[in-house]
Amino acid sequence: MGAGHAHRLYTHRSSPAHALPPHCKLAAVLCFVLVVVSTPREAVWAFGAYALLLAAVTAVARLPAVPLLRRLLIEAPFVAFALLMPFVVPGERITVLGAGLSVPGLWGAWNILAKATLGTAASVLLAATTEPRDLLLGLQRLGLPQPLTQIASFMVRYGDVVADELRRMSIARRSRGFAARGPRQWGVLAKTAGAVFIRSYERGERVHLAMVSRGYTGELPVIRELRATRAQWARAAALPAAALPVCLLGRLL
Amino acid sequence: MHVPDGFIDAPVSAAAGAVAAGAVALCLRGARRELAGAPGTTLTGAERTAPLAGLVAAFVFAAQMLNFPVAAGTSGHLLGGALAAILVGPATGVLCVTVVLLTQGVLFADGGLTALGVNILIMGVVTVAVAYALFAALVAVLPRGRRSVGAAAFAAALVSVPASAAAFTLLYAIGGTTDVPIGTVLTAMVGVHVLIGVGEAVITMLTVGAVLAVRPDLVHGARSLARPLKLRVGGRLIDAEPVPRAPARSPHRVWLAGLATALVLAGAVSFYASASPDGLEKVAADHGMDEKAGEHAAADSPLADYGVEGVSATWISGGLAGVIGVGATAAVGSGLFYAAVRRRTGTPATGRIGRTGDPGTGKAHPAGEVSGGSGDSPAGGPAERS
Repeated sequence: MGAGHAHRLYTHRSSPAHALPPHCKLAAVLCFVLVVVSTPREAVWAFGAYALLLAAVTAVARLPAVPLLRRLLIEAPFVAFALLMPFVVPGERITVLGAGLSVPGLWGAWNILAKATLGTAASVLLAATTEPRDLLLGLQRLGLPQPLTQIASFMVRYGDVVADELRRMSIARRSRGFAARGPRQWGVLAKTAGAVFIRSYERGERVHLAMVSRGYTGELPVIRELRATRAQWARAAALPAAALPVCLLGRLL
Repeated sequence: MHVPDGFIDAPVSAAAGAVAAGAVALCLRGARRELAGAPGTTLTGAERTAPLAGLVAAFVFAAQMLNFPVAAGTSGHLLGGALAAILVGPATGVLCVTVVLLTQGVLFADGGLTALGVNILIMGVVTVAVAYALFAALVAVLPRGRRSVGAAAFAAALVSVPASAAAFTLLYAIGGTTDVPIGTVLTAMVGVHVLIGVGEAVITMLTVGAVLAVRPDLVHGARSLARPLKLRVGGRLIDAEPVPRAPARSPHRVWLAGLATALVLAGAVSFYASASPDGLEKVAADHGMDEKAGEHAAADSPLADYGVEGVSATWISGGLAGVIGVGATAAVGSGLFYAAVRRRTGTPATGRIGRTGDPGTGKAHPAGEVSGGSGDSPAGGPAERS
């Protein structure tokens, strides 16, 4: 905990995008994704326009492009699902490089790839410009019930602590000559998971008592009221507002 | 296998989100009960939920990072839904998985924001509900003992993963954006997930076993193994005074909420349901089976084909038929249930539902609550549980 509390997902900059209140950004990203999802897949150019919009946001936020692109890899498992579609979907077939591909399947794969990539990119930008704690405050401001945001904030706060515990156990195992090669070693790994569960649960009990002894009754005091001026809302709305005409044009054409 | 944006269409995503939100709201109240502290303390659960569920969510999150090598350089990881349900109880389990999915969606861009409801529904609610229902049933049926808990954990985790895949396929069949033949999707998804489920089952069983060996009181699913509390008085063991339990709440509100949800789904959401034939009808049509099938005997009843005769607007007609159907089903079901309860108890039903699968009821509180870790005397004072 000594190395600063900024999360590794968050890229610290001073930019207009970083300065916006979190709930404005969350609402803007959600609207943007909704617009993207409701664009018909035949409007291929529209998705290019959305990508340009996101690139513009990246430039405004002064974020490096390569690390952001690398984080898009998180959607890889479903890309595999999308890539299978041209082979299994029935319908009209075309031959590309000797392989028979189905046309509706190709459209389906394109649809998923384009929309999922844009959605992921928007979320990545959101996480890179907003601290996790602020994101949770923003979710609460947008109406997520407090118990849920409290649980999430405890998870974010202690996630790294528990992960570090796991890492220390892994170092201890390896320094005693343990190497996980196959299912035969699962027993040891499962005992690790069990030990981490017990430690986490007991830590939860200690945290709870420590908080109760400081007057906690189930509600966290609101120290910082999240407020947004009309100008800030307008700035946040620029992204979905720019995307909406593209979507409408895509539906008309 | 987080569902990204654009995979399931908007109406179905919204409906899934509504169902998931309802389930999470119920679980928030259930978790308060599951995580309630030792009886007799003035603190009764509400303020224990956030730290404990938060830390368990952090554990689920960390456990997903633990790599289990399979063979030839491949490795898998735990999904954790079944494990969380067995260790901390179904309601807390759903909350933990929900929060993990929420943070993954918002912070790590894993799983689409518009698909958050879908993800919570299939990976949180369905996984935990299936796993815990099966687990509780097996623990109740099998002989009491640690080995039975392990076996039940194995079966629960094994079934929960393909069940979640099947739930995904169902949502995809209703609101998928591409017409992949559903049979193919189901075979592929369930096939792959049975394999994943075997790994999940082995790991879940081993992990539950590891926790049982050290802190059996922390395993929510093994509370039935807890022995009644004995006190040593003058060298003899005697049964401790039973702790009075708070009376079970009336189920009327749950019943009303369920009825309201069903009415909304039938009356309004059914409008969005797919008009294409369902799987069975499709198979029947493809193989010419339905040519032989005559019209149903009720084909000219006033509600045939889910529409009300004499109402022209299709959506009103369909919605009305749904509402009438739900009302009739609820009336008949409640009547049967009422009759069954009345017959079993021999007295008029009082509306109280006893807790099942908890042989310790009335004798002593389970050990999990005794050594809840708060260091309070186990049997001190009357229970004040919310």
